[in-house]
Amino acid sequence: MSTGDMNHEEEHGAVAVDEHGHGAVVPAGDPFADPGLPAHRPRITDIDEKAARKAERQVALLFVLSAAATIGFMVAYTQIPRTAVANFFPIGAVSASNLALGLLLGVAMFALGAGAIYWARTLMTDVEFPQERHLLDSDPADKADAAAEFTQGVDDSGIKRRPLIKRTLIGALAVLPLPALWILRDLGPLPGDSLRHTAWTGGELIINDNTVSLDGTKGSGIRPEEITVGSLFMGRPAAALAAGEDFNNVMAKAAILLVRLDPADIASAQERDWSYEGIVAFSKICTHVGCAVDLYEQQTHHMLCPCHQSTFDLSDGGKVIFGPAARSLPQLPITVNADGFLVAKSDFTQPVGPSFWERG
Amino acid sequence: MSATPAEFSPPATPGGKAAEYLDQRLGIAKAAKSQLRKIFPDHWSFMLGEIALYSFIILILTGIFLTLFFTPSMNEVTYNGSYTPLDGIKMSEAYASTVNISFDVRGGLLMRQVHHWAALIFVMAITVHMLRIFFTGAFRKPREINWVIGFTLLVCALLEGFAGYSLPDDLLSGTGLRIAEGVILSIPIVGTYVSFFLFGGEFPGNDLVPRLFTIHILLVPGILLALITVHLILVFYQKHTQWAGPGRTEDNVVGLPLLPVYTAKAGGFFFVIFGVCAFLGGLVSINPIWSYGPYIPNQISAGSQPDWYIGFLEGSLRMMPNWEWNFWGHTVSFNVLIPSLVVPGILFTGLAVYPFIEAWVTGDRREHHILDRPRNVPTRTGIGVAGMTFYGVLWLVGGNDLIATHFHLSLESITWFGRFAVFLGPIFAFWVTRRICYGLQRADRDKVLHGRESGIIVRSPEGEFSEIHTPAPAGDRYKLTAHDVHRPLTLTEVADSNGVPAPRVRQAKLRARVTQWYFGTRIEKPTEEEYHDAISGGHH
Repeated sequence: MSTGDMNHEEEHGAVAVDEHGHGAVVPAGDPFADPGLPAHRPRITDIDEKAARKAERQVALLFVLSAAATIGFMVAYTQIPRTAVANFFPIGAVSASNLALGLLLGVAMFALGAGAIYWARTLMTDVEFPQERHLLDSDPADKADAAAEFTQGVDDSGIKRRPLIKRTLIGALAVLPLPALWILRDLGPLPGDSLRHTAWTGGELIINDNTVSLDGTKGSGIRPEEITVGSLFMGRPAAALAAGEDFNNVMAKAAILLVRLDPADIASAQERDWSYEGIVAFSKICTHVGCAVDLYEQQTHHMLCPCHQSTFDLSDGGKVIFGPAARSLPQLPITVNADGFLVAKSDFTQPVGPSFWERG
Repeated sequence: MSATPAEFSPPATPGGKAAEYLDQRLGIAKAAKSQLRKIFPDHWSFMLGEIALYSFIILILTGIFLTLFFTPSMNEVTYNGSYTPLDGIKMSEAYASTVNISFDVRGGLLMRQVHHWAALIFVMAITVHMLRIFFTGAFRKPREINWVIGFTLLVCALLEGFAGYSLPDDLLSGTGLRIAEGVILSIPIVGTYVSFFLFGGEFPGNDLVPRLFTIHILLVPGILLALITVHLILVFYQKHTQWAGPGRTEDNVVGLPLLPVYTAKAGGFFFVIFGVCAFLGGLVSINPIWSYGPYIPNQISAGSQPDWYIGFLEGSLRMMPNWEWNFWGHTVSFNVLIPSLVVPGILFTGLAVYPFIEAWVTGDRREHHILDRPRNVPTRTGIGVAGMTFYGVLWLVGGNDLIATHFHLSLESITWFGRFAVFLGPIFAFWVTRRICYGLQRADRDKVLHGRESGIIVRSPEGEFSEIHTPAPAGDRYKLTAHDVHRPLTLTEVADSNGVPAPRVRQAKLRARVTQWYFGTRIEKPTEEEYHDAISGGHH
């Protein structure tokens, strides 16, 4: 350690010079040489036993606090009913149990950690000292020895003299990982044309989402007169009511929204053709990456997807007018059945939801 | 430093006897002798990786608790637990069990919230730690391998986080999975198949939650644990880097010993991090899945946001123009493929290979244990800040709807701003950063030559006013001149002495050009003469 031999005059900057350097002592030799580790500056706890004892008590206090909070945690766990609510400014009504357990666990952990760190900073040594570092690479003799050992090992195996073994081994190892992929085949069925169809068929009753029972098995249809101009309805096929475990799979493609437009506002001839008295039904699944479009601007007939803000014009064939979606929202052709309820005329005429390679 | 060799005497204490027992079987004394008092250098920025490590441990501890109560199943159940707003609603077992953990298991909500907070802190700490490594050049030889391991840890952490917050099967995470499905579908040729194999058929299917559960609690944590172990062994074996300073050289490491100082400091710091996570879990609600409701594909909530580390992908998706190609019965969705796979692919590949690119540019084959101050390598620092700006713009646009509603701005203009800023921002940031670095280097140079302004103005007998300068102490002079000033290569240097161009001349030319860009502008360190002139000559 070279702490003693340093130039203290330099360290304290004892010599004052003007901005041109007049008055400085010109150091001899390389002015940028490493002066070595500076001398250790003792802390108050190093020289004053009273201060050290105070630090000791502070550390001990933190440890005691931690232990008390640990016990408090267990008491709070058993004593606070899990439904109790605490009003805690400025957070508001929170679970009393969660609040108490969190605070007590926090104190138990934090005080223990703070005590240990404070102990290290005040009472443990802070005399920095160097340890040597060596180049990581081995010396040439070791490298040569290692190479020789390796060569000997390879020679002993005879793999160089027997190329047939080498080649067949490489071949066997090359094909060996393939079964690991093969065996994953049953992870799922092949796509087939399943992405091209939804649960909608000709005559499928449109169920009003708002009438569906909690268990999802009952719901009623929509009469055209229930939909006033400017209102927004969410719908699902009657098949979704009986889908059971497949419910989410059905909804992921078949969810629709219905609005009634003034027929004069409908810009696309096909849209008018597929509408019923100005009521149009569109897929609710965004053509970008499949979120449910949901934010309807009544005056402009714009429908916005809250995920990535693709905006579709419902009065113009669901055309994209802003955002990352590339394709219009697919429209579902609708009509009314003999009972006067809205039904689908057919399935969607194109795949709904995000694009995929085979879509075309 | 313990200078006097210790005398061996048969152990008398229980601890000593236990150590003796182990030593006779494992030979631990040899390792303990050299490692117990191993020196670690001290600097605040060296604890960032520690935060990542400790939050990982917290994640394992709280995660084990959560697995005891979580049911990784998409089977449908009807909820009738103590959270009455959801009474009678159909939901998956995964969602129902998460609600139960939050309301019916004592300490369950705390463990969930601590787990989630620790996950956010985990990825944050990894990110900031990696930036520290980048800007200080700690990735240089011999630590390139550890950089790649650390990079892999970051990728695994992102994957782990995404898998984890998708498990509760709530409306928010289900929407995130739907987006993931859309992204997978955009992969040319195999996308549809990958999606069907991952989800066990059409989205969402009934298989994903149990599959993600295995990925989240076994596969990825296993990889993380293995890689973290190797990462730490390498830090230990290669010894920690340190800042330049008096007495600190490439051949030593100056600091305090593992036992007791770092045992107490690092051990204590673990509890501090755990304490902070516990406070957050007790005080700050996070991911209240009961208020989102179970996932149903036709529902959505406006203003939904992913966890912070997925935000840049979200922004990237949001700002991309709607390009899509249809040809020969196939579709390529550039509007999804580019922002969600190509852009992060480029960003992450660049991050992974940067140490090797820089080594190729500098041609530097030496070991480096003294850290670079970011200002002393302006081009690297500029590249880093440009990368951060690129990421930052993506991340900000990920919240374009919230920015629009909070600041009453037009959503469209924010998106358009992002589309330009994502390209222009990094260029501007690079340029500004390099200028700042050069400026700081000049200031350092000035400090070495002329010392510090003391604030004392004196008047000479001739009437001239001047300010007293305090000369830089030897330690500062050494510290501020300890770095290398790299020089660009010229084409003559890549040809041999007879003017015959080196083999692979095109690569050499490219390298010369890149070094020109890297080191073309540089601030030279003061020479001995300049120093002597400045200190005695009285002219600048």
